[in-house]
Amino acid sequence: MAGRDCLVANDWICGEYLRSRSQELVDATAQHVQITVASVAIGLVVAFPLALLARGRPRFAGPVLGLTTVLYTIPSLAMFSLLLPFFGLSAALVVTGLVLYSLTILVRNIVAGLEAVPAETREAARGMGYGPARLLWEVELPLALPAVMAGLRIATVSTVALTTVGSIVGRGGLGNLIEDALPSFFKAQVLTASVLCVLLAVAADLLLLGVQRLLTPWTRIRTAGSREAH
Amino acid sequence: MDVPARTWAWLTDGANWSGEGGAWHRLGEHLYVSGLALALACAVALPLALWLGHTGRGGALAVNISNVGRAVPVFAVLALFMVTPLRGAGYLPTIIALVLFAVPPLLTNAYVGMREVDRSVVEAARGMGMSGGQLFARVELPLAYPMVMTGLRSAAVQVVATATIAAMVGQGGLGRIITAGFNTYDTPQVVAGAVLVAGLALLVEAVLVAVDRMVSPLRRTV
Repeated sequence: MAGRDCLVANDWICGEYLRSRSQELVDATAQHVQITVASVAIGLVVAFPLALLARGRPRFAGPVLGLTTVLYTIPSLAMFSLLLPFFGLSAALVVTGLVLYSLTILVRNIVAGLEAVPAETREAARGMGYGPARLLWEVELPLALPAVMAGLRIATVSTVALTTVGSIVGRGGLGNLIEDALPSFFKAQVLTASVLCVLLAVAADLLLLGVQRLLTPWTRIRTAGSREAH
Repeated sequence: MDVPARTWAWLTDGANWSGEGGAWHRLGEHLYVSGLALALACAVALPLALWLGHTGRGGALAVNISNVGRAVPVFAVLALFMVTPLRGAGYLPTIIALVLFAVPPLLTNAYVGMREVDRSVVEAARGMGMSGGQLFARVELPLAYPMVMTGLRSAAVQVVATATIAAMVGQGGLGRIITAGFNTYDTPQVVAGAVLVAGLALLVEAVLVAVDRMVSPLRRTV
């Protein structure tokens, strides 16, 4: 059988590997996606009030931005190790570490997006009788959406990449496959898992780009108009 | 929890600092690998980005490289090198992986910095009869300098923090203190290793801020 030969020869690309280990690959990819989605979703939920706090109370802006920046300098390997005493060898440990990393990018972009809303727009909405909550939800957030989505895309793509480091505690999705294959120099597995990881990041980025276009139809009209003007 | 006290004990124990696997040796490896990787990344990314920014071309290239760079896990790149004959080449795999990691932020920041130079200033300089080279050296580069330095700082901090991953494939550096502690369930040692790396990253940031203040072209003229 020609297919088995590539496993014996330890080739980089091996159809027999993909066939015989497809279940393992699907499971690892599923774990990777779950960890990434959970981390980014929780990151967004945590970043949002922090960003509002930083914007509404200038006194908190420095500490909030400073703290999230310091979190970013902690190496991923160390971050997961430091959280170990609190969470044990669990997926919660990896998710918590990744949430802390995503905060830096998300908080910054949400604050920047909200601050870029023109003051006149805010005044006009207030003049029309919008309360603070409605102003935030119906005027400021939609206008800040492109900046928020840009941050979300960066955070998601980095999270997909960083999830692999979670393999140190056995919860790294595709990173687990990479780590398992290292001692035996099993090339097909290292390459396949790495490529899947990059494809996953690119797919997530494109998906979010699509969501952004759906959510902000007005920016598309504007770019179409400006293209005509050229 | 007595982890902080035991971490302090680990850090102040001279035995942990000396010898082949000691903290000083690991610190040296860490600085060597990250410093060399950063220097190589600068040598590749900065001239290219400044030139692209000067000519005004390649914006899509810079942004795309940056996005793709973020999507590639350093651990995967390093692991790929470790299953090739490069695994016997000492620090080379780690350095190449870190260079690939550091190029995108350097490239994008330098390019964006060059493009964000006020077009009317560039036009004015052209009107004064400056050549392309003069324009680059005396107008664009000084004005783009803050963005270039921002990119350099974030790249440096990320490289120092990420160099720890080398330990996951058995290479040297401060990450080894963390993985060694990890394997023996020695939490204080893990914390000590993390503190050392984070401290080094913040120190590098502080040094670069100080260097920035000293050499910034805009400050000199004011």
